[in-house]
Amino acid sequence: MSEIEIRNLTKRFEVENNTVTALRDISLVIEKGDIFGIIGMSGAGKSTLVRTINYLEKPSEGQVFIDGTNLAELTERQLRKKRSEIGMIFQNFNLLEQKNVIDNVCFPLEIAGVKKKEAKKRAKELLKTVNLLEKERAYPSQLSGGQKQRVAIARALATDPKILLCDEATSALDPQTTASILKLLRQINENMGITIVIITHQMSVVTEICKKVAIIDNGRLVEEGLVEKIFEAPGSDAAKELIAGKDMRFSPLQSMDAERKIRIVFRDNSAYEPVISNLILKYQAPVNILKADTRNVGGKAIGEMILGLPEGEDLQKDIIAHLRDSGLLVTEVKEDV
Amino acid sequence: MFNEKVILMLLEGIRDTLYMTLVSTLIGYLVGLPFGILLYVTSEKGLHPNKIIYRVGDFICNVIRSIPFLILLILLIPFTRLIVGKSYGSTATIVPLVICAAPYIARVVESSLNEVDAGVVEAAKSMGASNAQIVFKVLLVEARISLLTGFTITTGLLLGYSAMSGTVGGGGLGDIAVRYGYYRWQTDIMLVTVLLLILIFQIIQNVGTKIATGLDHRKR
Repeated sequence: MSEIEIRNLTKRFEVENNTVTALRDISLVIEKGDIFGIIGMSGAGKSTLVRTINYLEKPSEGQVFIDGTNLAELTERQLRKKRSEIGMIFQNFNLLEQKNVIDNVCFPLEIAGVKKKEAKKRAKELLKTVNLLEKERAYPSQLSGGQKQRVAIARALATDPKILLCDEATSALDPQTTASILKLLRQINENMGITIVIITHQMSVVTEICKKVAIIDNGRLVEEGLVEKIFEAPGSDAAKELIAGKDMRFSPLQSMDAERKIRIVFRDNSAYEPVISNLILKYQAPVNILKADTRNVGGKAIGEMILGLPEGEDLQKDIIAHLRDSGLLVTEVKEDV
Repeated sequence: MFNEKVILMLLEGIRDTLYMTLVSTLIGYLVGLPFGILLYVTSEKGLHPNKIIYRVGDFICNVIRSIPFLILLILLIPFTRLIVGKSYGSTATIVPLVICAAPYIARVVESSLNEVDAGVVEAAKSMGASNAQIVFKVLLVEARISLLTGFTITTGLLLGYSAMSGTVGGGGLGDIAVRYGYYRWQTDIMLVTVLLLILIFQIIQNVGTKIATGLDHRKR
């Protein structure tokens, strides 16, 4: 059975007599043990979506099933019990500022009515897992961002959840700290078998850690699938934009340029061939490398490049055909990406 | 001038002032704290929004707070007599002090709770905390510095009001100041009572600030 199932979910908010539809008819299945990314630009509705998974936001229409249980059918008390089985971490960590590290980790256990001694024991184990045992008596204000997020992770794991929701958990952290937090999340996923849902606006987070991804744009689910596949051949405009990053949103000046642009993706061993050099040698024509990047997608090195092609329609056709023959994925990049 | 009798009177004045201030602050909090929590919880962005309860509470709060204390003191004389049996003296003054303080305290508490980061409340919700747990284990704990500061300010305010009650026979240092300074033109005794009030105020404020700083773990 799937761990999380969202069925035809729509969420509307009433804002000053206006109805705003944050999410429209979203259906999503997340399997046990997955690391599932939900990505979108800010304001796309992804934070609302993740809050429907533990019913912090109740859907206007549609259902959410956790391990087969429809959350709408639970009483308030049962729902609170269910929530304690779903851990959550946040962009701003949301630690209790007036409690020290160990008391923060004990807090969900205290709420669940676990005895103090037992709670402390469990908290210490978890602090060991997140590598912060020496800070147990420190207060959040004495910790760095990365350390705070580690405490938050330990706290979220205290009640032994089956699911961990991460709402922009690395957005307030620098790249190195982000990498170490993602590594920790992967360890937790592998060692404890916890299903992890990651909400982010950073494609690098998704490619680094997620197996599957859903792309949310303007409240709609526009694309979903294996990260590798979507990264190689994004179908939706939102996906293309997220992969390309902000720099690739062409300015009006650039779009006046008639140059034809293509995106090529190198997979597996094609990344080691001198494809561009061979191309130039073969056609004796210059190609313009507008952008090049190599990323680690699910442990594999995947390269991408945006090329500006030389003039001449036949030549362009030949070049594209040549690149496809070399085993590369080629997609046209439109000016209005 | 400052014979044994006057000194004794001043000492009694200090005792009565402290008695009125502290007892009315404590009883004020017994009423005002739950009232403030209720306002927070039922407000639009609260844990359990309820427009009717919030509006009624909000209205009561505003009405009482808009009556100047001196007028409230006089308005409440029949009520005070009903409860305490008389309308003058320190114990009687506690009644209008409490009624004046409670809505003030409710507002101070409400604003302290509003300062608690909504994210922390959300985190507690995500852990499965009930509203009662959120109030007692999250809000009151996280807001405790602000609550303590509010407590100190309220105590200072009631110290001043208790002195004001001297004009209608309330007892305490304010009473002495009015009787000797205003009716008998004995400025020296009035000055001493004023100095004593300043001293008491300073002590309350400093102790309050010290405790609050000592308990705060946010910045160190």
